Amino acid sequence: MIEIKPLGDKAIKVSFGKEISEMIHQKIKQFITQLEAANIIGIIELVPAYNSVAIYYQPEFISFNVLVNRIKKIYKTFGIEAPVQSIVYEIPVYYGGATGPDLSYIADYHKMSKEDVIELHSSQEYLIYMLGFVPGFPYLGGLPKKLAVPRLEHPRPSVAAGSVGIGGNQTGIYPSVVPSGWRILGVTPVTLFDIKKTPPSLFSTGNYIKFDPIDGDEFTRIKQLVNERKYTVKTYRKGLGE
Amino acid sequence: MKTAIFKVVKSGLQTTVQDLGREGYQQYGISPSGAMDHFSMQIANILVGNRLGEAVLEAAFVGPELEALCDMTVAICGGEFSPIVDGWKVPMWKSFLLKKGQLLSIGPCGSGARTYIAAAGGYDVPLVLGSKSTFLSSRFGGYDGRALKKGDMLSGFPFVQKPFKRLPLSLIPQYTKQLNVRVILGPHEERFDEESIKRFFTEKYLVTPQSNRMGYQLKGPKVEHITGPDIISDPVPFGGIQVPASGQPIILMADRQTTGGYTRIGTVISADLPLIAQAVPDTNITFSMVSIEEAQRLYLERRMLLKHLAIAAKNQEPSFSK
Repeated sequence: MIEIKPLGDKAIKVSFGKEISEMIHQKIKQFITQLEAANIIGIIELVPAYNSVAIYYQPEFISFNVLVNRIKKIYKTFGIEAPVQSIVYEIPVYYGGATGPDLSYIADYHKMSKEDVIELHSSQEYLIYMLGFVPGFPYLGGLPKKLAVPRLEHPRPSVAAGSVGIGGNQTGIYPSVVPSGWRILGVTPVTLFDIKKTPPSLFSTGNYIKFDPIDGDEFTRIKQLVNERKYTVKTYRKGLGE
Repeated sequence: MKTAIFKVVKSGLQTTVQDLGREGYQQYGISPSGAMDHFSMQIANILVGNRLGEAVLEAAFVGPELEALCDMTVAICGGEFSPIVDGWKVPMWKSFLLKKGQLLSIGPCGSGARTYIAAAGGYDVPLVLGSKSTFLSSRFGGYDGRALKKGDMLSGFPFVQKPFKRLPLSLIPQYTKQLNVRVILGPHEERFDEESIKRFFTEKYLVTPQSNRMGYQLKGPKVEHITGPDIISDPVPFGGIQVPASGQPIILMADRQTTGGYTRIGTVISADLPLIAQAVPDTNITFSMVSIEEAQRLYLERRMLLKHLAIAAKNQEPSFSK
């Protein structure tokens, strides 16, 4: 069942459940596809989140009550579409060193070797549930419990763009310089957010990220290509029915 | 023709280029930004003969000093900032001719917090994702992604729009330090105890100095949670009222993050957002609850008014001219 609530007088929140799960995420993805296909006049934008979607609209074209009825109708004829194909972005990451200052902490915390931490962290396909916090920042799901670590007691006033971190049971990658209390285990040379591109964000909700460990030389080589705008992020299609 | 229109002599406290905001990119975590007070901003555009959504300058608390580099029609609407041209006071909410070489000084705010400077023909800054709005924290949009600095040159497509127009007196908002602001309840109302909700809608909340384009931190009787303030992060609209662990509400404004992880007790209705945008620290706010139907009726009323004024201005109807 869905729950529909006003989010002020120009937006609606449609909730799909009380928890975070891939199943709910898939439902939201399908709902958005169908809502877009319905081409409802007055809708400005759809913003997916973990277990809800916000629909921003113009009340001069469609009222709250009419929009709620349209949404309910769309929901009734739901679930007949083929699953939406996702892609996986392969993000090169230079783990450890000065740009991954907390790798040792994470290894010590779990009594693992640094190599094991890198191996485990880079062997997952992390689902992008939503983007937020700062432009282009992906909220990821799928961090192995064995890698969860407490946040820093004193957050760093800034971490470099491209930093990959773990905070609690979440992992993520920062597109721009931000203050952060997460443990930083590496950095990517790839540009994740470029305002000159449309869309400016490399990532989009519903796709996946896989980290690919690289060494310092490879980092320098890729960074060079990125600066010359010659680097393209590798992607592959996510296997269906997994 | 594109021409330089203003040289910035003094920047003011925070003067930014803003239009009605960046639509369609919140799914990538990009805030809409845009003018904080949509009403004053659109009236300023109407008075100079621009389209409603043309970019204007938004000045906060202390306005800029601008040297005119050509003749053009200008209007200043919003907070009372005592604008002066070459030593002479000029009225707000009225268009006037600014001549090449004249100095327009926008003072500190007397009432209200933000004022809008519209120039006939608008300001020529690059469109970034379809908008001229400045998004300060991510440093893009507007003039180089930042507030104006001394020495900046603004260009536009200036013209002289005559006759000059003024907003009918009865429509000029009065900014006071006692506000009643209407709110639609939710979306997390079930996370607050009944007493707290009642308290929120009866007691006074004070605007603190920790208030800016991202949000307004309020101070007042604590709003208590039943099971804590954290939620599974969800999208946050303009005017969303977030209540973190402190129980002190924060009204999220134009440069807010697109999603948030704290409970929200309500959302300020669109028609009353300009009141918040103009509220200075120490303003007392009381909140009253309205239905979504009532809020949308008020929104449409406001929208109709702006459309009518735009048409009346275009047709040079007498009620509108000097």
